Amino acid sequence: MSLIREQTAAIRPPRALWVPFMLGRPFGAPGEPDFQRRVLRALLSLFERPSGPVLEDFREDAPPTDAPTEAFACPVSFAAAGAKDGDLAEAMRDEIAQLAPWYDLAVRRRGRTTVGISGLSLEDAANHAAAFLDGAARPDAMPGIPAGVALKRACDDLKAYYYEAAAAQPGNLSPRAIDNWFWRETAAAKVFLAIREICQHSKDESLRPLGLLGLVPRYVTDGSMTAQSGARPT
Amino acid sequence: MARLTDFSDSEREHHLQKIRDLPDFGTTPFVAGPPLRQRRVAIVTTSGLHVHGDRPFQMGSADYRVIPGGTPADRLRMSHTSVNFDRSGFQEDVNVVFPLDRLREVAAQGGIGSISDFHYSFMGAAPIRSLEPNARKLAGLLKRDRVDAVLLTPV
Repeated sequence: MSLIREQTAAIRPPRALWVPFMLGRPFGAPGEPDFQRRVLRALLSLFERPSGPVLEDFREDAPPTDAPTEAFACPVSFAAAGAKDGDLAEAMRDEIAQLAPWYDLAVRRRGRTTVGISGLSLEDAANHAAAFLDGAARPDAMPGIPAGVALKRACDDLKAYYYEAAAAQPGNLSPRAIDNWFWRETAAAKVFLAIREICQHSKDESLRPLGLLGLVPRYVTDGSMTAQSGARPT
Repeated sequence: MARLTDFSDSEREHHLQKIRDLPDFGTTPFVAGPPLRQRRVAIVTTSGLHVHGDRPFQMGSADYRVIPGGTPADRLRMSHTSVNFDRSGFQEDVNVVFPLDRLREVAAQGGIGSISDFHYSFMGAAPIRSLEPNARKLAGLLKRDRVDAVLLTPV
């Protein structure tokens, strides 16, 4: 299966189905079993080809996810936009508390969560990340694990929590809307950006890669994040 | 959506550089094999999935994790190290990345012969050459399990 056609064409595998979906969604869209099954059947059908190589295109786009902007009202705003460095950790903890009922709802609805890579409670994950802000001694929340690995896992859990909570809110928010909200409006994103900069100058070799990759997407660091209309989580 | 023309300049350049860095794979092998309805199918994903409690992937990890076919969705986690793809779909529905439920449906309808007892997960941001030794070992394990159709799925 191919998500980036040009790469697959260069690799020349015996059989490949290129799908026109966003990275992260190779079977098209969540909660769309009929569509997913069509993609799977198209993929499986390549096994019946008698000769190759075969690079076939899946012709259907994924079902749309963008919600109408008027479907969502925004009763509360985070204070992150005005938060300074010293307030960031507290602002992030406040966001986590505000999002808790939505995260709980998401877990109830889905019967699962993807939070839990770090093995820390979310509060400890937040404290772990926040401890990097002031340049203090690194917390040893995960003994025996390099600081960069531990920090990455804590941040991944934090981000998963925010995204799962946001998706549970009214408005059926698109992935792009959640991305825009998280990276433009939350204190957590400001914490991530600050940590990224600290990691760039760290003497700890396990932290330096996080100064380039692993915390902040390229579409944020290169300034290409697209503008998104109204709908956003709170 | 995942068209290079839709990406930002830096994202596009990142993916084009991957093409420039590709090894030479030589000729393309091709095996016809038995009819699909007789095949035993496994999924090998590069999405960095693993069962909760297994070791999460790290930057550069070139090893793999085993996902038993009966693993419930609520036990699956994703520790792929890249932050440059959407995770919200996976958070909502595992099948958008790892379509085991859909595969079971196709099997129940007789579309494939059977489903492997084990599926496998790599972390696709590993250096491509570093993956080969474990990929070769895994191919041997799949043969031993009588798998004759592997879905190599990206994220």
